[in-house]
Amino acid sequence: MSWGYAARRIAQLFPTVAAILLASFLLIHLAPGDPVLALAGEHGDAEYYAFMRDKFGLDEPLYQQVLTYAGNVLTADFGVSYVQGRPVLDVLLERLPATLLLTGAALLLSTTVGLLAGMFTATRRRRWPDLTVSGVLLTLYAAPVFWLGQLAILGLALGAGWFPVQGMTTAGSDADGLARIADVAHHLALPAIVLASQEIAAVGRLTRVGLRDELDSDHVRLARSKGLAERIVVVKYGLRRALAPVVTVIGGRIGHLVAGAVIVEVVFGWPGIGRLLVTAMQNRDVPIVLGVFLLVAIAVVVANLITDLCYAWLDPRVRYH
Amino acid sequence: MSATTDGLPFEPVPPDAGQRRSVPRGVLSSPSGLLGAALTTTLVVVAILAPVLAPYDPFGIDGPVLHPPSGAHLLGTDALGRDVFSGVIHGTRTSLLIAGVVGVLVLLIGSFVGAVSGYAGRWADDVLMRFTEAFQVLPRFFLAIVVIAFFGPGIDRLIIVLGCTSWPMLARLVRAEVLSLKQREFVAAAQAHGASGVRVVVREILPNALPPAIALLGLILAQVILIEAGLGFLGLGDPNAMSWGYLANEAQRFLRVAWWLPMSPGLAILLAVLGLNLLGDALTDALGGRR
Repeated sequence: MSWGYAARRIAQLFPTVAAILLASFLLIHLAPGDPVLALAGEHGDAEYYAFMRDKFGLDEPLYQQVLTYAGNVLTADFGVSYVQGRPVLDVLLERLPATLLLTGAALLLSTTVGLLAGMFTATRRRRWPDLTVSGVLLTLYAAPVFWLGQLAILGLALGAGWFPVQGMTTAGSDADGLARIADVAHHLALPAIVLASQEIAAVGRLTRVGLRDELDSDHVRLARSKGLAERIVVVKYGLRRALAPVVTVIGGRIGHLVAGAVIVEVVFGWPGIGRLLVTAMQNRDVPIVLGVFLLVAIAVVVANLITDLCYAWLDPRVRYH
Repeated sequence: MSATTDGLPFEPVPPDAGQRRSVPRGVLSSPSGLLGAALTTTLVVVAILAPVLAPYDPFGIDGPVLHPPSGAHLLGTDALGRDVFSGVIHGTRTSLLIAGVVGVLVLLIGSFVGAVSGYAGRWADDVLMRFTEAFQVLPRFFLAIVVIAFFGPGIDRLIIVLGCTSWPMLARLVRAEVLSLKQREFVAAAQAHGASGVRVVVREILPNALPPAIALLGLILAQVILIEAGLGFLGLGDPNAMSWGYLANEAQRFLRVAWWLPMSPGLAILLAVLGLNLLGDALTDALGGRR
């Protein structure tokens, strides 16, 4: 990877972040009524509105407001939630670990299982195992995540009783140490599998297509003709080159994954950002909603940057165009 | 997903009529294409005939409360005694209406940006592609939630948000098509005849760039249906329109007592999304392109 590429790719962050800031700023001002209501919700008192008006400089000229808004957001200062009576950032940080645990587990699961499924189908062409796994992947790719969650709860939690139905820990349990970790893992299993399902399908389908193309290529044919074991041919000669686009897809789907996490958190009562967002929508607690959007948007931009750099590192042929 | 479409010039479709006729045949000749076409056609027919097909008013209270599937209510009733089957039928209409209008918006914005970017080149290409990338990373789902927070729930604003944010992939594909078509003899011939840039793009290039764009549109609309259903599930859908997401939201609240409530709305979404995905893939294959 050339440093020039990395520098150009990082420089590209600025217009993207500017677009996110501008889009949200415009929405605040396009919303019906006083922008302070859009920024602060309907439940405040005069003192709170005066505070938010001052914080976001709503009495200043518009160009200055843009700068104040950008300054606030870029220092992760999203204002104060009237409903919660606390700074938005504090509320977000409190809920972030649960969401990171859920999405992290799902990401790990979807990457490994997706790659394995893709390799499995790519190396077995026109045979029933390929058809079965491909069919399952297609179905998972099309299934709404809340439906899979509801089916999992009905079948495996309420029905078979293997997993807890709701929450992150057993209510009233005072277990600590290993017992607590086991308890959280037991609660995490179903939500993580459900959240991972669509990503497994996405990674699996792409691995399959990429690996098939690679396995048909000349360098793989040469490796085979040298008499190398098929396993080595697939992993060392095929997968290595098929991996690069898969990495981009994983990064490109982070936004998807977090959106899915919101839904999974509601289905399984998982106490993360998603549940917070839905409660904030019900309470018309706008600072929280806006804070979650900006946090997710910036996280997605950074994730895309990281995967693009990984891609360039995996495939040095990448040239910026 | 950028790596799968960017810079991969799809095989240009020869503009003669004989080739075009074979595309539907190509789609229908594979089992998955046939299934996709059948599912999508069924979806459209159900959406159009919803008032005829649904036995009850989807919001009307027509039966006993939380009754499991029976002869009178094929898919059971909900907590207010409303017929779930009628809800699913009318939900098809809402989903398809949103997907349809979003599709038109995506096609208009995406073709415009892609065509200008690919044909004009140079600084216009640079500016438009940076603009496209900025839109591509916007988390649509969360942006839609912000819009609902500011403007309240409603089908109209949902269509505008999803339409204005779902076009980047299509724009990139149209740009790649235009870049490769620009080099072809029939375009050079039109230019030699003194045709203006606009005329060359609209009359010569776009008609040939559109088929692969429409194949991609199927995949984009499948995602739009999933997003719309997800928002409905969170209780953020239009309260005046019956939707699959709304039914799933109802089902979540009565999961312990009514197992039949979550079954049908989710299955309907699965079939709709599966149909559009299969059809889009089969179209791409029939056009000789890459997925």
